[in-house]
Amino acid sequence: MTKQNNKTNIRLLDGNQAAAEGAKLSRVQVIAAYPITPQTPLTETLSEFVEKGELNAEYVAVEGEHSALAVCTSASMVGARAFTATSAHGLAYMHEMLHWAAGARLPIILACVNRALGAPWNILNDQQDSISQRDTGWIQIYARNNQEILDSIIQAYKIAETVYVPVMVCFDGYVLSHTEMPVDIPSQDDVDKFLPPYKPHTILDPANPKNYNLVTLADPRVNAEGMLCHGYMELRYLLQEAIQDSAETIIKVGQEFGELFGRSYANLLWEDKMNDADIAIVAMGSLAMEAIVAADMLREEGHKVGILGLRAFRPFPKADVVKALQKSRLVVVFDKNISYGSEGATCSEIKSALYGSSVKAVIRNFIVGLGGRDVKARELADAVRKSLPLLETGILNTEYPEWVCYI
Amino acid sequence: MKATAVNLTEVEYALPGNRTCPGCALSLAYRHILKALDGQVIVTVPASCLTVLHGMYPITSVNVPCVNTPFASTGASATGLVAGLKATGRKGLTVLAIAGDGGTHDIGIQSLSGAAERQEDFIYICYDNEGYMNTGNQRSGSTPPGAITGTTPILGKQHPPKDIAAIMEAHGLPYIATANASYPLDLYEKVRKAKDIKGTRFIHVFTPCPAGWQFPYSDTIKIGQLATETGLVVLYEVEDGVFRLTSASESIAQKGGNLKPVRDYLIEQGRFKNMTEEQINTLQDWVNARWKCYLERVTNLQP
Repeated sequence: MTKQNNKTNIRLLDGNQAAAEGAKLSRVQVIAAYPITPQTPLTETLSEFVEKGELNAEYVAVEGEHSALAVCTSASMVGARAFTATSAHGLAYMHEMLHWAAGARLPIILACVNRALGAPWNILNDQQDSISQRDTGWIQIYARNNQEILDSIIQAYKIAETVYVPVMVCFDGYVLSHTEMPVDIPSQDDVDKFLPPYKPHTILDPANPKNYNLVTLADPRVNAEGMLCHGYMELRYLLQEAIQDSAETIIKVGQEFGELFGRSYANLLWEDKMNDADIAIVAMGSLAMEAIVAADMLREEGHKVGILGLRAFRPFPKADVVKALQKSRLVVVFDKNISYGSEGATCSEIKSALYGSSVKAVIRNFIVGLGGRDVKARELADAVRKSLPLLETGILNTEYPEWVCYI
Repeated sequence: MKATAVNLTEVEYALPGNRTCPGCALSLAYRHILKALDGQVIVTVPASCLTVLHGMYPITSVNVPCVNTPFASTGASATGLVAGLKATGRKGLTVLAIAGDGGTHDIGIQSLSGAAERQEDFIYICYDNEGYMNTGNQRSGSTPPGAITGTTPILGKQHPPKDIAAIMEAHGLPYIATANASYPLDLYEKVRKAKDIKGTRFIHVFTPCPAGWQFPYSDTIKIGQLATETGLVVLYEVEDGVFRLTSASESIAQKGGNLKPVRDYLIEQGRFKNMTEEQINTLQDWVNARWKCYLERVTNLQP
């Protein structure tokens, strides 16, 4: 056995277990969560860690998701490292608190096990839940396999505690959450080296009383010492600036992680076979892994197809997308979400990124896999084939997306 | 030591010059609550009149650490403060959640009930001005029958209020008390007592609102006293299941238990001007029946 092998601890974990291991290795101090399918095993695992004494944390079994994030928010206000996890309706129920946590600039980590929203009831996977929370001021990272789930949660704390923005680590329900894969679990010692204890910027102390999140007027206002302090709009500017600038931190943290653990994440998106590709498939999460299989099928037919997998959805890596799609003449975007009346959210982002760039690609959007509808590599390949004639017609854009379904 | 106006600490935690309306009973109550906790407290507050009292960034009228939290989340926010303090090894601080009646009886009852069921270690104070006064006087689950509000503008409210103290008592809490801003020393002593008890402690504080209830702002104390003298607001505490009347309610019971007619209280306030004789009689019957129940439970009267 080599030295490297001695250090590996590969176990079969499903996505929920990988997320729980990630939270545990991050030494989270307060966990508040409410059960919802498919997140439930994640929170059960964490409560087991706490009850067994393997994780020294306060586990609060709250009475709803709104409270789960309210507990995390206030725990973070007194300087504790806080963690929660949810899916679909639970995330929707948290909506108000998502804004609050980001507005208060608290480095909370939320694992979102992606699931469809009702009505009608559906417990299976799509990404409508986290995409619907796009504008709440959270960084969103999408994992494509279970190793990435574990690694991303550990990195998320380092990112959040650097830029003071909460991070949502998203992964597909069932496809990842309930599917076992080999995962290399880093040692606690190594994680401790990578992620030091949280040093909060505020701890709420009677010796230095402060009143947080008071009513704040639109315009700057002077304090008792005559110093001009930010108005509401300046505070919002700073949040936008922090998320814009977080791209640098995400890359730096991913690089450091790679140096310590041998798995580098120094990117906001990943590319596969893009070097010579004039056709690009764009997707996010586990869907992008499925697209690799589709690309292989298409390459056998002689098409030069590559993959652009989005890792960060917020901040959206506009410049990186333009760079990655430089050679593309056709971009096929698959979305497991829909902005009703418009198109898939990632497609809109890609179009927005390419506007004004030198990339003159035909962009085609397909809505797939809603409510757990199985997405087969063959179907992705079919969608690409169907889009090929557009290369000849020169129609760059169509008004609405196509749906891979029976209507 | 029994609290008197003379032996209260001179330290002020709720500073003068806050943004409440003239005659605000909340100001008075809050001042005594913070004194009782010696400032060794972290306060969480949802949207409410107290948010107004606390001021606008970057100036606040209190010198204790505070977090503001969304309307429905007070009980959960207090839970998070307790969990965070414990997880980071900080001891000796009281977590105080303080919310209005809308934030307690209505939108906040879920998170409060959840926290109480988990026996989270904090004091929860509901200051009750019987409506959504911060938004300009709309009916809440605590508005009394007959009261005209922004959302019961002509007929007045048709239903009796929730008995929030009884609801909280049903959670099996170690300490429940009712108080009235017009009896600040009774309130002070109850907060002092609650401070030394572990678990979820609940105090309901009656806080008359001159602007919303339509009475002269110089009459706040009088209105509060009338509420207790007529039996609409009964002052008591339940410690480990033992029920005691306190302060003015104890005195009334001691002196034969005769309450003033509720009409004496109603007539002083513009909000009750449309009440019919029938409504007044129904309210009187409701008060009498409740008072009888309290007298049956009482354990601390001299024979």
